[in-house]
Amino acid sequence: MDESRRQALRTGGGLTLLALLAAAGWLRPGDAAAEGWNTGAFESHSLDDTVKALGGSAPAQSKDIVFVATPDIAENGAVVPIGITSNIPKTESIAILIEKNPNMLSAVFDIPAGTDPALSTRVKMAQTSNVYALVKADGKYYVASKEIKVTLGGCGG
Amino acid sequence: MADPMKIRATLVGDSTEVKVLMQHEMETGQRKDAQGKTIPAWFIQTVTATWNGKTVLTAQWGTSVAKNPFLAFKFKGGAKGDRIQITWVDNHGDKRSDEATIA
Repeated sequence: MDESRRQALRTGGGLTLLALLAAAGWLRPGDAAAEGWNTGAFESHSLDDTVKALGGSAPAQSKDIVFVATPDIAENGAVVPIGITSNIPKTESIAILIEKNPNMLSAVFDIPAGTDPALSTRVKMAQTSNVYALVKADGKYYVASKEIKVTLGGCGG
Repeated sequence: MADPMKIRATLVGDSTEVKVLMQHEMETGQRKDAQGKTIPAWFIQTVTATWNGKTVLTAQWGTSVAKNPFLAFKFKGGAKGDRIQITWVDNHGDKRSDEATIA
């Protein structure tokens, strides 16, 4: 006769757990990503997977992608300046990937015609790692990389 | 509502250089608080920049963009007094738009 009470408790407990998870941001039903945000790409853990999630395949190494004002050694991994200039004609988008971060993809910029394929921003790095600049130009993907040494990680707690 | 962005748009030759400094925690979802509980991710996901209503840059960001993000880019065109508008949306659905005029 206690069975229904147990059942209710069990169901109730399950719901609470779900609600807690939702509150903690593990499950994001409603706000699951802003419009136009590529969830798959941002949850990828390798260069190939990320490129695939962005809709491309096997990027070619390119010397026409240049890191500008990007340090070789970053003292503080929480703020690492990254500047990327693409000299590839018809550059459509530039992405920043950090190999040893928990999620590789950091940012994707779409460059409409008229905007210079050159931008700079600041990222966080967990540890010393290769940073990839992935460029989409005329439908093809190109990549360049640079190792940045981090003396103090930016993702610890 | 989040704090306002600082936007500076400068005419350099025939191009406009835009520099933006946003105010946002950019919490990664990796850190833990003093009680050992994970601090949920809270970060800007999309950024749009327009010049007189025309889109000049869009971006998608992950959690690894630094706190209080900085962004600099350049586009061809622009005249003194033109309006630059920057909008971001974070993973809570929070939104902020700020405007500046080209100097």
